Amino acid sequence: MGMSNDASEKKSKKTMAMGDRAILPEGARTIPIYIMGKKFEVPETLTIMKAMEYAGFQFMRGCGCRGGICGACSTVYRKPDDYKLQVGLACQTVVEPDMYLTQMPFFPANRASYRLEDLEGKPEEIFKLYPEVFRCVACNACTKACPMDVKVLDYVSAVKQGNIAKAAQISFDCVQCGLCASRCVGELPQYHFAQLARRMYGKIIAPKSKHLEKRVKEIESGKYGEILKKLTRMDQNELEKLYIEREREPDTSTPGEWMPEEKEYL
Amino acid sequence: MSYTPEMKELIKKVEATRPQRIEKSRKNEHYPDLSLEEREQVLKKFHPDYMDEGRRAVKVGPNKGDVFPAEVVDLLESKTRIDVPRIDLEKVDFETDVLVIGGGGAGTAAALTAQEQGMKVIIATKLRHGDANTVMAEGGIQGATQEGDSPFYHYLDTIGGGHFTNQSDLVEALVHDAPLVIAWLESLGMMFDKDKEGRLAVRHFGGSSRKRMHSAGDMTGAEIMRIIRDETRNCSDDITVLEFSPAIELLLDEEGKCGGALLYSLDTEEYVLVKAKAVIVATGGFGRLHVQGFATTNHYGATMDGVVMAYRAGVKTTFMHSTQYHPTGAAYPEQNVGLLITEKTRGLGAHVLNKHGEQFCFPLEPRDIESALLIRECTERDNGVITPTGRLGVWLDSPMIDVLHGEGTVEQELPAKFIQFKRYEIDISKEPMLVYPTLHYQSGGIFMNAQTETSLKGLYSAGEVSGGIHGDNRLMGNSLLDILTFGRRAGTVAAHYVKSGIEVKKLNTSHLTAFEDELKSAGIEDPLVGPMLLPDYTTDIVKGKQWTAHYEGTLR
Ligand SMILES: Cc1cc2nc3c(=O)[nH]c(=O)nc-3n(C[C@H](O)[C@H](O)[C@H](O)COP(=O)(O)OP(=O)(O)OC[C@H]3O[C@@H](n4cnc5c(N)ncnc54)[C@H](O)[C@@H]3O)c2cc1C
Ligand code: FES
Repeated sequence: MGMSNDASEKKSKKTMAMGDRAILPEGARTIPIYIMGKKFEVPETLTIMKAMEYAGFQFMRGCGCRGGICGACSTVYRKPDDYKLQVGLACQTVVEPDMYLTQMPFFPANRASYRLEDLEGKPEEIFKLYPEVFRCVACNACTKACPMDVKVLDYVSAVKQGNIAKAAQISFDCVQCGLCASRCVGELPQYHFAQLARRMYGKIIAPKSKHLEKRVKEIESGKYGEILKKLTRMDQNELEKLYIEREREPDTSTPGEWMPEEKEYL
Repeated sequence: MSYTPEMKELIKKVEATRPQRIEKSRKNEHYPDLSLEEREQVLKKFHPDYMDEGRRAVKVGPNKGDVFPAEVVDLLESKTRIDVPRIDLEKVDFETDVLVIGGGGAGTAAALTAQEQGMKVIIATKLRHGDANTVMAEGGIQGATQEGDSPFYHYLDTIGGGHFTNQSDLVEALVHDAPLVIAWLESLGMMFDKDKEGRLAVRHFGGSSRKRMHSAGDMTGAEIMRIIRDETRNCSDDITVLEFSPAIELLLDEEGKCGGALLYSLDTEEYVLVKAKAVIVATGGFGRLHVQGFATTNHYGATMDGVVMAYRAGVKTTFMHSTQYHPTGAAYPEQNVGLLITEKTRGLGAHVLNKHGEQFCFPLEPRDIESALLIRECTERDNGVITPTGRLGVWLDSPMIDVLHGEGTVEQELPAKFIQFKRYEIDISKEPMLVYPTLHYQSGGIFMNAQTETSLKGLYSAGEVSGGIHGDNRLMGNSLLDILTFGRRAGTVAAHYVKSGIEVKKLNTSHLTAFEDELKSAGIEDPLVGPMLLPDYTTDIVKGKQWTAHYEGTLR
């Protein structure tokens, strides 16, 4: 059947690729883990996500990209004899013996609505939308809770200090999973105002791209309309010829300074 | 989980050839690329798309007789989830101007532009808003924004990369809108990589004649998704988002135009009827079908649903014979298998090497060629590295990047990859990665024109779910561009259509009964349940013990 992806079912040819069910190395050991308090034996090399599937769970929530970037699968866990609460993305974190884990597919956090066009890129605008920023007690629980190793407290502090650019840069890797907000004593929605800071930075604070503005005007004036139409009417031979003859910009060029020999179609 | 001692031994061979290779790179000397004839030869022999095995002709519907991968055909020939007579068309749960199916990049862009045109919009999406292939795109987005480049060269690169098979009106729209899309993103506050003067950073990529790849770190897609999703949240008066509500069928009205869709609530197992004046399908790709057993880079919900729904409503597909395998998916460690190693890695100068530490191809061939070359090296030539779990791979020499561009470049330019490997005690700025082609992109899809119109009135198509734009092979960075170009076009065109005074008449499901009849008369016994919605990774051991569990298709 088409949707089977178990490698062992297929008489695999010489291609080695195999679905998404993990292949266990020879002699793989199993270890006990506790999913929401209940014990399961799973192969030791799997990620939490694949281990849960191995154990028989079928994800509806708590699973998105399976690649560590969507923030759907945030998970908290504790290991025996360790008081510390650990965090991780289930699709990225490898199981450990006797870990107690639960996923946190959703955590409520309020987001303020705004019109980006109306903003000027001032810190006060963030303070007004998110007065709770100042409830931060700098306990650093947010940073410890971040599965992406974002220095959450540092960007919260940057916001408080009015340094939007810094907050934007520090928070750039945020996947908006909400773990920071779940651990916050001051009850801040960190990832929401970080998003606001980044958009303010991108639109207002970062320098505008002038060559882009120019190109947009050229497009809107219809500069390339004719030549593109012509290309759509060419047969394959003509296109092939142009394709083969096109000049390659050197790897070492500086964009904006480098110009091709052929300028007719620029 | 760092490299095994055996692998570490092999890495020494990579290190041994590195200084010499760096020397050459500095002089702009490359391993020669293939001629058009050589390209064709290697494709025919080694690219999975060109093999007869695992393919068959579809027996029903508008593409009857066409040959596609078996996994695709199984779903085109699938039956609906529900007993059609049970659908109560009188009970409308939501009514709206525009229904967007799929909350990835294309759908969200469509929703925003439709809203701008004064539309009330519903986005129905399978998982959370933004759980999509779009967030996963790392490398970047194309657009001829620099003075030494123009839409003309963008057109040539795109159509040449697609082996001159692309639908030309779509390529024209794509390269034309590209700078507009980049400017739109900038206006929404996207943190593009740029210098102090505001010049956008651009890079080469496989098949490029100009540096045209724009990026935001190695999270370009995530950054795009974050800002456009954030913007829809600012428009919540007009845009309603229904999460965990995949569409399972399109609905037509008695005039035969599209008038809404039936959704399935994953949480409560209820069916929800949405009546809409226009419908935009933006459900993305099909990586989770694991075509030919390949691992995939795609997100959990990439199961080709939009194509299946539209097909039943009589909408033709195009290019479904073609599948993109990304040349560099991780092959080690096991936890990362299938994960994409962005082409930017090669764009920054990393070589691809066999187990002897030797180069065997130009690292930036178009993707299908590059994949075929990697497969050849590992299979026919037997020059691949074998992992402890029996997978094959070749080296991607990332440490070269730091040597070429300065210490810290890898960590700075590829932060997400850096972290993903660091978790397994592999420092990719010092050790190479092991890679093998992985199922990446649905090249084919719904047949549409440059205005995103399909053969079904009132139905528009945008994003990876559509076919033809990239022909038989897509270039990197053209997909993020495609989803925003055609997403924005779909939003505008659908809004104009609605404003022309469209009225949805009485809804009906005769297309579904007709399709069921067609399945029967084609003698298709025991069809799968489709659309698939989610893949099923339950093991056979567990299944053998689920004595009373009921699976409807892949869902329990
Ligand atoms: C790992 C990776 C890296 C990539 N890198 C790049 C890159 O660097 N540059 C580039 O240009 N392209 C890249 N691509 C390709 C590009 O990201 C995708 O092709 C593109 O984002 C697809 O956008 P989309 O909106 O069409 O689909 P998606 O973003 O996948 O969105 C589709 C949405 O529809 C939802 N959905 C599916 N079925 C249903 C249903 N039945 N009902 C309701 N909703 C449904 C899905 O859950 C999802 O939210 C990459 C892709 C991957 C996977
Ligand atoms: S599933 Fe997306 S981060 Fe884990």
